[in-house]
Amino acid sequence: MTTVPTEDLQTVTLTVNGSERTVAVPPHRTLLDGLRDEVGLPGTKSCCAEGECGACTVLLDGKAVNSCLVLCVEAEGHEVTTVEGLSDGGLTDLQEEFLNAGAVQCGFCIPGQVVSAEYLLRTNPSPSEPEIREALSGNLCRCAGYQRIVRAVQATAARRNGQ
Amino acid sequence: MTTAPERAIEQRDELGLPADPFGSGQVGKPVLRYGGGDRASGAQRFVADLVFPGALQVALVTVPVGCADLLGIDTTAARAIPGVVDVVTPADLPSPMPRFGVSHVDRPVLADGRVNYHGEPVAAVLAETADAAQAGARAVVVDYRELPGVYSLDAALADGAHLVQDPSIRPGHALAETNVLEEAHYTWGDVEAEQQRADVVVENTYTFPMVTHFPIEPGGTVAVPTDQGGLDIYSPVQHPYLLQRTIASVIGLPLNQVRVFAPDPGGGFGGKQNPKLEPLLAFLALRTRRTCRIVLSLEETFQSMRRAGCRISARTGFTKDGELTFHLVQADFQIGAYADVAPRVMGKGSYVAAGPYRIPGVRIDARAVVTNTTPSTAFRGFGSPQVAWATESQLDAGARELGLDGLEIRRRNLVAKGEPFVRGESAAAADGEWIQSLEKAAELIGWDTPLPPGRGRGIAVGIKPGATSGLSQSLVRLLCDGSAIVYAGTSDMGQGARTLWQQIVADELGAELDHVSVVSGDTGTVPFDLQTSASRSTVFMGSAVLEACQDVRRRVLELYAESTGMDPSELDERPGVLVTPDGEISLPEAARTALGSLRGEFIGQGTRRLRGKSKHPLGGDAAFYEFNATAIEVEVDRETGELLLTRHVTVSDVGTELNPLQVVSQDEGAAIMGLGHSQMEQLLLDEHGRIRNLGALDYRIPTFKDVPVELVSAAVENHDGPGPYGSKGISEGALLCTAGALGAAVTDATGVVIRDLPLTPERVWTALQHQH
Ligand code: FES
Ligand code: FES
Repeated sequence: MTTVPTEDLQTVTLTVNGSERTVAVPPHRTLLDGLRDEVGLPGTKSCCAEGECGACTVLLDGKAVNSCLVLCVEAEGHEVTTVEGLSDGGLTDLQEEFLNAGAVQCGFCIPGQVVSAEYLLRTNPSPSEPEIREALSGNLCRCAGYQRIVRAVQATAARRNGQ
Repeated sequence: MTTAPERAIEQRDELGLPADPFGSGQVGKPVLRYGGGDRASGAQRFVADLVFPGALQVALVTVPVGCADLLGIDTTAARAIPGVVDVVTPADLPSPMPRFGVSHVDRPVLADGRVNYHGEPVAAVLAETADAAQAGARAVVVDYRELPGVYSLDAALADGAHLVQDPSIRPGHALAETNVLEEAHYTWGDVEAEQQRADVVVENTYTFPMVTHFPIEPGGTVAVPTDQGGLDIYSPVQHPYLLQRTIASVIGLPLNQVRVFAPDPGGGFGGKQNPKLEPLLAFLALRTRRTCRIVLSLEETFQSMRRAGCRISARTGFTKDGELTFHLVQADFQIGAYADVAPRVMGKGSYVAAGPYRIPGVRIDARAVVTNTTPSTAFRGFGSPQVAWATESQLDAGARELGLDGLEIRRRNLVAKGEPFVRGESAAAADGEWIQSLEKAAELIGWDTPLPPGRGRGIAVGIKPGATSGLSQSLVRLLCDGSAIVYAGTSDMGQGARTLWQQIVADELGAELDHVSVVSGDTGTVPFDLQTSASRSTVFMGSAVLEACQDVRRRVLELYAESTGMDPSELDERPGVLVTPDGEISLPEAARTALGSLRGEFIGQGTRRLRGKSKHPLGGDAAFYEFNATAIEVEVDRETGELLLTRHVTVSDVGTELNPLQVVSQDEGAAIMGLGHSQMEQLLLDEHGRIRNLGALDYRIPTFKDVPVELVSAAVENHDGPGPYGSKGISEGALLCTAGALGAAVTDATGVVIRDLPLTPERVWTALQHQH
C-alpha cells in the first residue's frame, strides 16, 4: 500500500440500508472502511481485517460477506445492509432473542453474529443445530461459549415459524 | 445445622433484606444485560468508533526481530510523504527515556536504544490520514544490529545468556545479573519426612504455552490535549484510574489534569488492564498539541499482550490409600521483555500450586523469567491455570499408579470448608464446601456410567485467589421522581457489572429496574475504583453500591423526619421502604415527600476497602477463592488425533447468583476459553524471536464448530461469599482446570499421557504413534 493522493479518490455510489450513498475513497479501501469512515455507520466492526473473524459481516445484495474482503469500489451499484439496517430503530426479533439467551457479552462480535444469523434464517428458516454452527463458524466470539448464540438463533427460528 | 436457604434468610435478615431473597426483587433474577440493546443493534460505541475530527493518525515503526541494538533511525523519506506531519523517535522524547509499569517501572515509552521483543515500537509516525501514517511507518529506515536474544526459558536460563534487562535497572538485587526477575518460595511441613512416608511417587514436567488474549476488539488509544495543559485519554482500559495515575506520573501532571474516558472494552480478559501505548500517545499529543489517535491491528494487539507460558516440574507422593504426602514444584513462568504485572502473576499463581488439597509437606519454587518476547500480563486465571495443569495431572498420575480414579483421588484429598490448604506463615483455608462442586460435576458427567471404546472422561478442580486488597467507591443519586443514577468505576467489558448495580439499586431503593442508570468509564465524574480484575467487582464495588444505597435511605429518613416534624426515632428504613408508625411507604414516595416542592435529590456514598497485610507474600489474604470443578468426556479419533468433546461440565462455587443468566454466560465463556489453551492455542516463535502466527489466520481460537457437543454449566450456591447477599467473584473459575480435565479424559480414552499443551491433533496423533 502506498499513500494515495486525493486525486486518486474513486467515487462509488451504492445503496446502504435502502438509501443511495455516494462516497469518495481510495481504490484500495475496503467496504468495511467505506461503511465505517465514509458512510458513518460504525456498527460494523473491524477486528482481523483478513476475513477470519466475521466481525465485519454485512449483507451484499442480500448475501452475507466479510466487508473487510470486499473493496469499496467493488460495491459500486450494489446494495449493502449493515447491522443498522436490519431494524427500524428498535431491535429485531433475532436481536431480542440474542439478549434473552444471554448471548451478548462485550458485544463487539455481536453485529457480525446478528448479520450472519439473519442471513442464515432468511436462506434456511428452520436450521438444524449443526447447520447453525456451520453457518456461524466464521464468526468468532471470545466472550461467549457460543451455545447461547445457537439458542438465540433457534428461538428466533421457532418464533418466525409461528411455534 | 441450618440448611443453606435458612442460612441465606438469616443472613439477609442481618443485612436488613426482605426474607424471601428472590421473591419480588431483581437480585437473583436473570435480568437482561444493561446496555445489551445497544450492543445487539450496533449502537454501542467502542473506542475505534469514536469520531475525532482533525485527529492525527498514529502508526508504529517496528523491526522484524525480537532483539536488536538500534543504531540509527532515518525519518527523511517518511517525512516527505504527503500527509505525514511528524515522525517521533526516542531522541524526541525526554531523556532519560520515561518508563512505566505495574510491578516494575521498566517499560520505555519507545524502545530505549535496544529492541527487546518483536513488535516493540521504535518510532511513531503522525499523519493526517491512517494511510499516510502507515506509508510513513514503512518509509522509516531503522538501522539495527540483531542480537542473540533469548526466546525460550532454556535460552534465558542458560549460563552466559544474553541479559534482557540492564542490571542497572535492579541495583543491588541478587538476581540482577540473571534473567530471573523475581522468585517466589512457599514451603510448609516436614518435606523430607513426608517423602519417606510416600508409598508412590510420581515425577513429571509439564508445559503450558504462551497464548494471546485475542479480544475481538483490538486495542486503541486517543489522546486529546486540553486547553489547561492537561490531557484527555480515551482507552478501552480495564483500570482507568491506574491509567490516569500512570499518565500523570510519566508526564508530570496533577491527577486532575488527566481525565481518562474508558469506553467499554470489547473484551479484555486481563489484556487491557494495564497501560500499553497510552503514555506514548500522551507524549505525542502534548508535542503536537493535537488529538492523536491509534487503532491497533489484531497483529499489533497480539504484540502488546499475552499470557505467560510456563514449565512446571513436579514431584508428588501418595500413601497407598491415595493420600497426598508431599508435593514439590518448580514453576518457571516465561514473562517476556518487561515486567508489566507478570511477577505478581507468578507469585499468585504459584501460591496455589499445591491445589486445594490437604498435603502435609509442600515446597513451591517459582521464577518469573524475562525473555525477548511480548511482555505478558494478567489473563483470566492469573497464573492459576498454568500450575493447575501440572498439579491436576500429577494427581491423575498418582491415581493411575494406585488404581484409583480421578474422582476418588480428589475426594480423598480435597480440603473441607475452613481447612487450610496453604499452610505455614501465609496460610489459607477453604472458603467453601468445595467437595459439593466436585460431586456435582461428577454427577452431571455421569462419572460411573460405562463408555463406548475410544471415549474417556476426566475430572479436575481449580482454585484462584481473589483480590488481596482493594478499594471501590461509589455514589448513588436518588432523584426526586424515584429514578436513580449509580456512579461506579467498574469497567464493563462484557461481564455485566452494570446490570448488577442496576439490580442492587432497584431492590435497595425501591426503583423500577429501568429507572436505574449507571455511569462509568470517566475518571472526571466517577469516584475511584482500584481496578476491574481478579473477579473482584461484585464483591468490592457491589458492596460499595449497596452501602451507598443504605446511605441514601438514612438520608431520606432524616429529611422525611425533618420535613414532617417527626422524631427520627419513630422511623425506620429497610430495602425499598421507609417504615413510619402508620406503616410502610415506598422509598421513592418518602423521598418525594421529604424533598418537597424544591425537589432536589439524595446522594449516598459507599466505600469498600480491604487493606492488605504487608507481611503476606501476596500482600494480603484473598477476599475469596474462585473454585471450579470441570469434567470432560472426549472421543479420540485415533487416525487423526482429533478430539471430539462429547460433554463438558463446569461447576463453580459462586456463593449467591445475583444474575443467573450472567453467571452461566461467564462460566460458559471461560470454559471455552479454557478449551482454547488446552486444545489449539499457542504463540509460535522463530529463531529471530518473531511471532510466526500473528493474526487470526494462523492463530486459532475456538469457533462454533470447536465447542463441545454438550456444554453444561452449573453453580453451587451456599450464600457464603463476602459480597452482597453472600455472593463471591466469578468468571475465571471455569477455565482454571479445563486442561487437567481434558488431559485426563484423553488418557482415559487412549492410555497415552501428554504433558505439553495444547493437545493439538498432531500432538495427540504423535503420542498415539509412540504408544507401543
Ligand atoms: S474484520 Fe473482516 S473478517 Fe475479521
Ligand atoms: S460478545 Fe464479546 S466477543 Fe462476542
